[in-house]
Amino acid sequence: MTATDPTTSTTPVATPAPEAIAGDGGIRSYHGQPVLKEPVWSWEIPCYFYTGGLTGASSGLAFLAELRGNDLLARRAWAAAMMGGVASPLLLISDLGKPERFLNMLRMFKVTSPMSVGSWILVVAGGSTPLAAIDAWTGWIPGGKYARRTAAMFGLPLATYTAALVSNTAIPVWHKAHRMLPFVFGSGAAMSAGAATVALTPPGAAAPARRLALAGAVAGAVTSELMEHRLGEQGEPYKQGAAATFRRVGRVAGAAGALLLVSRGRSSRAAAVASGMLLSAAALSTRWSVFKAGFQSASDPKYVIGPQREAISRGERRGAARREPRI
Amino acid sequence: MTLDTVSWPASYGDEAKPRKGFFTDTSICIGCKACEVACKEWNQIPMSIKGFSGKSYDNTLALGANTWRHVAFVEQRVPAGVDDGASLVEAAARADVIDAGVHTYQEGDGLRWLMASDVCKHCTDAACLEVCPTGALFRTEFGTVVVQEDICNGCGYCIPACPFGVLEQRKDDGRVWKCTLCYDRLKEDQQPACAQACPTDSIQFGELDELRHRAEGRLKRLQDAGQAEARLYLADDDDGIHGAGAFFLLLDEPEVYGLPPDPVDTRHELGSIWSAAGAAALALGAGLIAAVFGGRR
Amino acid sequence: MGSNMAEQHPVGFQWVMEAHERGAKYIHVDPRFTRTSAMADRHVPIRAGTDIAFLGGVINYIFEHDAWFREYVQHYTNGPVIVREDYVDAEDAAGMFSGWDPEHGAYQIESWGYDETSHEAAGGKKEQQGDVSGEQAQGAHGMKLERGNPPNIDNSMQHPRCVLQILKRHFARYTPQVVSEICGCSERDFLAVARALCENSGRERTSAIVYSVGWTQHTVGVQNIRAASIVQMLLGNMGRPGGGILALRGHANIQGSTDIPTLYNILPGYIPMPHPTSGPDLDKFIELNGPDTGAWGNLKNYMVSLLKAWWGDAATDENNYGYDYLPRIDGDHSHYPMMVKMLDGGVQGMFCVGQNPTVGSANSKLMRLALAKLDWLVVRDFQPTESALFWKDSPEHESGETRAEDIQTEVFFLPCAAHTEKDGNFTNTQRLLQWHWKALDPPGDARSELHWIYHLGKAVRDKLADSEDPRDRPILDLTWDYPVEGPHQEPNAEAVLQEINGRGPDGKMLSTYEELKDDGSTACGSWIHCGIYKDGVNQSARKKPGQDQNWIAHEWGWAWPKDVRILYNRASADPDGKPWSERKRYVWWDGADDKWTSLGDSPDFPAQKEPSFEPEEDAKAMEAISGDKPFILHPDGRAWLFAPSGLVDGPLPTHYEPQETPFQNALYPQQQNPTRQEFPRPENPYHPVGSPVFPYVLSTWRLTEHHTSGAMSRTVPYLAELQPEFFCEVSPALAAERGLEHGGWATIVTARSAVEARVLVTDRIKPLQIEGRPTYRVGMPYHWGGVGIVTGDSANDLLPLVLDNNVHISEYKVATCDIRPGRRPRGPARLKLVEEYRQRAGVRVS
Ligand SMILES: Nc1nc2c(c(=O)[nH]1)N[C@H]1C(S)=C(S)[C@@H](COP(=O)(O)OP(=O)(O)OC[C@H]3O[C@@H](n4cnc5c(=O)[nH]c(N)nc54)[C@H](O)[C@@H]3O)O[C@H]1N2
Ligand SMILES: Nc1nc2c(c(=O)[nH]1)N[C@H]1C(S)=C(S)[C@@H](COP(=O)(O)OP(=O)(O)OC[C@H]3O[C@@H](n4cnc5c(=O)[nH]c(N)nc54)[C@H](O)[C@@H]3O)O[C@H]1N2
Ligand code: SF4
Ligand code: SF4
Ligand code: SF4
Ligand code: SF4
Ligand code: SF4
Ligand SMILES: [Mo]
Repeated sequence: MTATDPTTSTTPVATPAPEAIAGDGGIRSYHGQPVLKEPVWSWEIPCYFYTGGLTGASSGLAFLAELRGNDLLARRAWAAAMMGGVASPLLLISDLGKPERFLNMLRMFKVTSPMSVGSWILVVAGGSTPLAAIDAWTGWIPGGKYARRTAAMFGLPLATYTAALVSNTAIPVWHKAHRMLPFVFGSGAAMSAGAATVALTPPGAAAPARRLALAGAVAGAVTSELMEHRLGEQGEPYKQGAAATFRRVGRVAGAAGALLLVSRGRSSRAAAVASGMLLSAAALSTRWSVFKAGFQSASDPKYVIGPQREAISRGERRGAARREPRI
Repeated sequence: MTLDTVSWPASYGDEAKPRKGFFTDTSICIGCKACEVACKEWNQIPMSIKGFSGKSYDNTLALGANTWRHVAFVEQRVPAGVDDGASLVEAAARADVIDAGVHTYQEGDGLRWLMASDVCKHCTDAACLEVCPTGALFRTEFGTVVVQEDICNGCGYCIPACPFGVLEQRKDDGRVWKCTLCYDRLKEDQQPACAQACPTDSIQFGELDELRHRAEGRLKRLQDAGQAEARLYLADDDDGIHGAGAFFLLLDEPEVYGLPPDPVDTRHELGSIWSAAGAAALALGAGLIAAVFGGRR
Repeated sequence: MGSNMAEQHPVGFQWVMEAHERGAKYIHVDPRFTRTSAMADRHVPIRAGTDIAFLGGVINYIFEHDAWFREYVQHYTNGPVIVREDYVDAEDAAGMFSGWDPEHGAYQIESWGYDETSHEAAGGKKEQQGDVSGEQAQGAHGMKLERGNPPNIDNSMQHPRCVLQILKRHFARYTPQVVSEICGCSERDFLAVARALCENSGRERTSAIVYSVGWTQHTVGVQNIRAASIVQMLLGNMGRPGGGILALRGHANIQGSTDIPTLYNILPGYIPMPHPTSGPDLDKFIELNGPDTGAWGNLKNYMVSLLKAWWGDAATDENNYGYDYLPRIDGDHSHYPMMVKMLDGGVQGMFCVGQNPTVGSANSKLMRLALAKLDWLVVRDFQPTESALFWKDSPEHESGETRAEDIQTEVFFLPCAAHTEKDGNFTNTQRLLQWHWKALDPPGDARSELHWIYHLGKAVRDKLADSEDPRDRPILDLTWDYPVEGPHQEPNAEAVLQEINGRGPDGKMLSTYEELKDDGSTACGSWIHCGIYKDGVNQSARKKPGQDQNWIAHEWGWAWPKDVRILYNRASADPDGKPWSERKRYVWWDGADDKWTSLGDSPDFPAQKEPSFEPEEDAKAMEAISGDKPFILHPDGRAWLFAPSGLVDGPLPTHYEPQETPFQNALYPQQQNPTRQEFPRPENPYHPVGSPVFPYVLSTWRLTEHHTSGAMSRTVPYLAELQPEFFCEVSPALAAERGLEHGGWATIVTARSAVEARVLVTDRIKPLQIEGRPTYRVGMPYHWGGVGIVTGDSANDLLPLVLDNNVHISEYKVATCDIRPGRRPRGPARLKLVEEYRQRAGVRVS
């Protein structure tokens, strides 16, 4: 070395403290870009959540009403089930774009994929429901009683598997609610089936449907509240944007429908129809609210990063990054 | 082997190949985007003009159907003055890097510009693959995760399932697309196009075991040289996806690069998800019984 | 410095990264923080156009700290040489050197010569009129010296007129404080760089300096590089492994296109183009252009061999080997002066081959107006570019200044083949030629350049076949008969390479330029390339992988001259021929075998010349170079700290401000480079110095994602999407001052034009403290134009035409401007806005 530099400093190297790099302690993200992709599902899917629930719970209602000997109610409930049962696959096919694509769903059966399991449930439930309904109306279907049993039995999972489907994703507002969401959907299904049947059935024969609708409405309100409570801050998307609007519509329509049903549903057919429609709207709206909340929670990185970061800082989880070399 | 996946290597028997993957060392990425372009060239991916983003030099913004490699740009300030005008040579000697030789960024002004090339992680526990109802997503003999375009029906389930937001649907054809880890090239014993194009070896392709070993060494060297913020991401089997086929060396927290700090494959909770759905179905049944039988007809 | 290597040379940059991994320290001195800075150990931001002040500061630091490599300087540079008494330095004459001729606006350079040398510097042209440059003007290849030795030398380097003392005095005022004031960097940053360079140089260590157009594109471009070479000479970093100055050149083969030039003023191998004053006589030309000593002492061998290659049997001793067939240049026919002449109606037709001047050239509006004066224009490109479509799509049509129907230029578009569609050589930035083979056929009518030029030549010759006119002889006598192949009669590129290599009297391929003769017995298309087809083998096609040979990788490609990988590598050994240090061993004298030997490179020195060799009394050419003088292209074999000839603007670099700047020259009353080439006219007005109407510094540069005028990248989908829109970079402070919104639009205005760009607010372009106030800068890439998948305004509409007179390069890197929020006005309103600015600034437009 040729330098003879008297000013050469001997100050020790100061490396910045890593903490200091971490910014203001707020949630950091990549230019505010989402971490997750929003689902691509369009309007058909929340509608399908509704129709699936409607079909499933209505089949059960119809089947049980038959058992109890309320054939009028049973036939109307089968009709509700059939409407949902026909609409459901059509909605899915419309979302996929081409009918063949639905067939691809049945290439395999995968327990790890609620959608695969659900497709099979839908095929069985959706296939048996019209048979069951027609049989209930006409008695023409050979082995119709098996169809009715099948429809009723597969109707139950048909009503709740959609909750498993959405909770088995990375979307926090769905996934974190995976314990509650099926109950929300189940309650919604009960309410949908009750409401539709109430609307279709003369009040005199509709008492079980009214009970079902009301129970569904109450259970729905309670489970939703519980779900949001448990989600804590992550439940925020429910309080924003379209999700909040649907949630509000759902609540108002639900409350109005329930009130009307309780007060006038027994006496007035018109009121029964009106409350049935209000409660159906409430059921649909609630599904939409869940659906939209999922999109909103995926699109804002803070709902994805925040909880993960917190879990790491609480020491609950290790996270996927580490600083220590191991060799 | 600790790196086993659900369907690899066992299901391939003798056909199984060593698990292949990427070690992306972002500390030497120069942000040239050669990887991004090479990937598009090789895979004939459609153009995706999003316009000027204002987000540093990144105008493609994220991985997606038409961006299978994506280079992130992060401009940030860090506390100033690593050497306070002192002799670089001395500073380097003190940190023992003259021979160890590592990259240290310029800190005098407290400015740093991180660049990182992102890609599908080819997770050990790949949520996308688990949820795919059609089997379009499958695990190859190299342990990588690939979408079969002739089978995908566009159901879209894998999209929100992926904890990294990798998969995306192509609007015009409805199907989803992502990095194939150049399955076609691997079968011909060629390295992936992106890795081959990378001028600085920021993208290193190879056998996962060997890459992890290399990454450990690299991390140690950086840390020894005082780069305390260096970290490995997705390099272990004990994270929420049991480690990934594509893992990274980062110079800041993962979220700064748009990566989730704690990605999880939700299949780990599938039991409780199914139980809850089952319980709810039973509750619904009970409710129905109660409604029908619990009062007058 | 002045290079954004990671972005513009990413593939080459992998070696910087590799060196870095091995412990090399690297520093980036650049006005803004780029992808290159992001990788550096230290980034030092300086104001654009102040590199001479910065490097001058380094030179001063070297002296202040006595850090110069005494033995190297004494033996290998002209440090000890005594300069003429009538030389006056810029320090003593207000920033001007002796010899200024105000009438011609040029220097007469005699007084810069070595003491007791003749008044006549070798050169194509004795009188300086500021119209020719470089090799042409001042005898770049040097002066006449007896025995290759300067007449007066003081080896103690104490004589007040010896170069070293002149140098010391010249830079004495470039203190850290002055550097900081002019450049806007902190003294601390400056000192860190100076210290790092010194500590990393000497016997055991070497430092390299890398530059590109951040240095060249200034009115002081050449002197920027001179300043760096002085640093490297003082520190002993030339001709040694890990040292040197690396010019990162532009287009993939831009080096090749100066070696075998597409330039107007040189012939292959840097032989000056004849000037009318060099007369009809070959010997006179040789006398004026080649010194007697050093490698250029054999100019006649090179020239006669070149003429033989071109005119074959028609080149005879009687007709001066066809010397008179060569055209003469009577003035400055470089790109910009030619375009200005075109604007005045002085040019009828133009071939535009591989260039897109209406986007890539400064003041592109002037370019468009000039093209409109042509009768015909031929554009050869992949697809019609902005320059091919200027008559149809032009901003001037939009503003109502011109109309398509008024433009009379007939435009022919010829599609060309891409490099992948033809055989040929690329010469990279290291002078390394690498052969490439055609990978696929060009589509449709697209043809290679070789095809086009060869068949065009044939067509012309066919037309002239019966001509008796003597002026057609040069064309008819040309050797113009390359073998052709394939359906399109593609000429064989290797046949051309063989002609370039050269043949001996027996028709065999020559091996080195040392074999060339001046008696017409050898023919060689480019003396520096002689040996590229040695042994009948295309040496540039050698592709032995690096891992199969040592790090010099000698069997990969071929470098001119003589496959030398490090130029002047004799300097890697000490005067006695021993390596300076074991660590830095490269080329050394092998006493046992009596020859220069090396780790694997070719010695850039006569193989058998002993270190102790002293020339005979009347020695000429290489015989006149001593055994301890490595810089054999100079007549004295020394590296020139002080340049007695070759430059039009002074023997030493001196800080001048750019043409347009907010600041007065802090060091000299002389504000700008006095020899800069201006074109004051209504189409090309300049801003007054320090104009408050144009308060910001404007600078242009490149992005990795695009290439130059964008014709090759904005048309490619995968590149277009990466940087889809024209943008400008500004600091948060400037954004606040002018109300610019991040992600929004801004209009940038100069006296030439107004353009709009998206706004990228970033810390990477920080305001620099100069004269006690922050200087704000507006930076923009210049890749956008009106044609392609993505389009936008062109940065070059904003820039003035003002050139470094050494090489006629334009000052793209700095001007002044104003910036305002929002999009620019449309139609005639754009012109009005510019007009309003001109008035406010008091810009003279004639
Ligand atoms: N991707 C890509 N690669 C390219 C090209 C391309 O267009 N795109 N072009 C090719 C060509 S033709 C060329 S010539 C080369 C050019 O390569 P570079 O010279 O690296 O290109 P630029 O970006 O124009 O300028 C380099 C840097 O100079 C800095 N600079 C400006 N003024 C000054 C100054 O006064 N002093 C100093 N120290 N720095 C200054 C700028 O901030 C910029 O970062 O690149 C070649 N490679
Ligand atoms: N403001 C500003 N302006 C600048 C600069 C700057 O830094 N700032 N840099 C300057 C520099 S360094 C340069 S080099 C110039 C470049 O400026 P130009 O040379 O005018 O621009 P290019 O886009 O490089 O033009 C090259 C053209 O050649 C075509 N081409 C490519 N290969 C072939 C081939 O084999 N045959 C033929 N016939 N055509 C081919 C391409 O399609 C393209 O249209 O710009 C200069 N202008
Ligand atoms: S990163 Fe996402 S897309 Fe890639 S394998 Fe993992 S889960 Fe699947
Ligand atoms: S979109 Fe395609 S790949 Fe994704 S889950 Fe559905 S079928 Fe599988
Ligand atoms: S591995 Fe292949 S498909 Fe995946 S990012 Fe790289 S180039 Fe693209
Ligand atoms: S090619 Fe390599 S260096 Fe370039 S952006 Fe991609 S990872 Fe970074
Ligand atoms: S574009 Fe070509 S010449 Fe430029 S860096 Fe890349 S490989 Fe090299
Ligand atoms: Mo260039």
